[in-house]
Amino acid sequence: MSKKSISYWKINLKYLGILLSIWFTVSFLFGILLADTLNQFYIAGFPLGFWFAHQGSIYVFVILIFVYVYLMNKLDKKFDVDEI
Amino acid sequence: MSAQTWTYLLVGLTFFIYIIIAIVSRAGSTKEFYVAGGGINPIANGMATAADWMSAASFLSMTGLIAFMGFSGGQYLMGWTGGYVLLALLLAPYLRKFGKFTVPDFIGERYYSKNARLVALICALFVSFTYVVGQMKGVGVAFARFLNVPFDTGVLIGIGIVFFYAVLGGMKGITYTQVAQFCVLIFAFTVPAIFISLQMTGNPIPQVGFGSKGTDGVYLLEKLNQLSVDLGFDAYTKVNKDNLINMFFITGALMFGTAGLPHVIVRFFTVPRVKDARISAGWALLFIAILYTTAPAVAVFARTNLINTLSETPYKNAPSWFSNWEKTGLLTFDDKNGDGKIQYVSDTTNNELKVDQDIIVLANPEIADLPPWVIGLVVAGGLAAALSTAAGLLLVISTSISHDLLKNYLQPNISEKGELFAARVAIAVAVVAAGLAGLNPPGFVAQVVALAFGLAASSFFPAIILGIFDKRMNREGAVSGMITGILFTATYIIYFKPQLGGSGLPEDYWFGISPEGIGTLGMLFNFIIAILVSRFTAPPPKEVQELTERIRTPRGSTSLNRSVH
Repeated sequence: MSKKSISYWKINLKYLGILLSIWFTVSFLFGILLADTLNQFYIAGFPLGFWFAHQGSIYVFVILIFVYVYLMNKLDKKFDVDEI
Repeated sequence: MSAQTWTYLLVGLTFFIYIIIAIVSRAGSTKEFYVAGGGINPIANGMATAADWMSAASFLSMTGLIAFMGFSGGQYLMGWTGGYVLLALLLAPYLRKFGKFTVPDFIGERYYSKNARLVALICALFVSFTYVVGQMKGVGVAFARFLNVPFDTGVLIGIGIVFFYAVLGGMKGITYTQVAQFCVLIFAFTVPAIFISLQMTGNPIPQVGFGSKGTDGVYLLEKLNQLSVDLGFDAYTKVNKDNLINMFFITGALMFGTAGLPHVIVRFFTVPRVKDARISAGWALLFIAILYTTAPAVAVFARTNLINTLSETPYKNAPSWFSNWEKTGLLTFDDKNGDGKIQYVSDTTNNELKVDQDIIVLANPEIADLPPWVIGLVVAGGLAAALSTAAGLLLVISTSISHDLLKNYLQPNISEKGELFAARVAIAVAVVAAGLAGLNPPGFVAQVVALAFGLAASSFFPAIILGIFDKRMNREGAVSGMITGILFTATYIIYFKPQLGGSGLPEDYWFGISPEGIGTLGMLFNFIIAILVSRFTAPPPKEVQELTERIRTPRGSTSLNRSVH
């Protein structure tokens, strides 16, 4: 593996690490394990923990994928590995 | 026009559209048959993936489940959407770069082993077949209730339609039909939801509406919590603390299972480039999210309406839909205390009303008194959801047989034409077999779906992830990991599912994890065993290590794709 492709892969893994931590936090933490605590707070009429379990985490999932696509398309260009 | 006429009209119209699309998009080569020629537009692929994914269960049963579960129902909402993040970030782009047709293709080549391919093949067949039988049954139920045809005839009509466009069009025909089916099902699901949201809260967006104040100025969720508590149920939004670990594991099993299901993964082989695979997962989830964020709103509206309309209502004043559904046996009333009123309470000895969760979506337009065409629309949507999922699954079954078994295992010298013919025969046989199983569904079909997700999570998911992210992963590690995952998960599920003949009792669940959630643990065992075994055995051959490096960068995907076959 060339130096270039090693650093391309490292940056990719860094993106994955950050985005998947958010994925885990909104669903498994906010939507399940911490939901009871969050339910003391309200957002637009919803108890917050309930909102993450039934609405919020899904919105965040969609955003995460589009952010990943944006970041990777930029990274592919920068490292000149994009498709023609 | 009556609801009956509308239903005939709308179902007939949508079926006509599907057939026209099938004729226009016939498949001419194996590549068109397996992966639609690899040239599908990412947005179209997103819609097809969404239709493929949202089954009769998502459309008909999930809302009802949530309506009766409240907060804990979030496990289905998060579980059946979160897997797409994993697909987009960890699987789809790399598998697209790999550029073959099936999941067993990847497993077989990455682990340089025909036996690994065979294990993957058997899993893919089992998972897809159990799933498709449920869809056929869904078609039969929808026909039986709304078109007044017998259940068997309903299943036969379903077989006929799927047979026609799947055998003719392969993946190409299925993809374009699924795009149309997505439009039908999403329209059918959201229109009644918008109507009801307007009726109950004055807000046309259901996702916002169910958090707003009702017409009486009280927050809808607060009102539902109060109604539930008054009748002895848990408050709707209350977190069930004893169930949190189980909910955590079930959500995980559904997410990892989604990312390991062959009929979902194969959709990402149909787009032209790696970057299309990434974005198309995004579109797919966006389209799925429309239904999955509307469903919890419908659940709240339906539960509130149900309690308001029926609780303490004299039986003789019950609305007409009540007696219609009583006839089907999906709704029953038993006047235990003889006061002539409907008591709907949590306490089972005094409760007099039983409502099957499956009727919530179908009965909702009637409960909310919506115009008759909405009812026809919902039936057409339910059928679209069932048919599109069935077609996608049947294609995986046929590809597994003609490509993985015949071409790569039994008869490597088969011609392109011979393989295409075999694929058509295989899908025809699969349609008929699934239909017959659907006619006479073994009682455990619903239970087996848990097994399908559990197995996908504990076998495919780790094997594929390690194949991409761990260059050192070898045949010995992957195969022993898959076998550990499958054996552990299947044993646990069978032991704790009385419907499958198991003798285990819920008190003995490990850490309170029910069979639906055990796939998460099976997956962890798979990862651990695979990594341990691989480190004590020989590394994979040089060309496999190079393959692993190659799939990590996008460039060259199109040429790789062209060189195949």
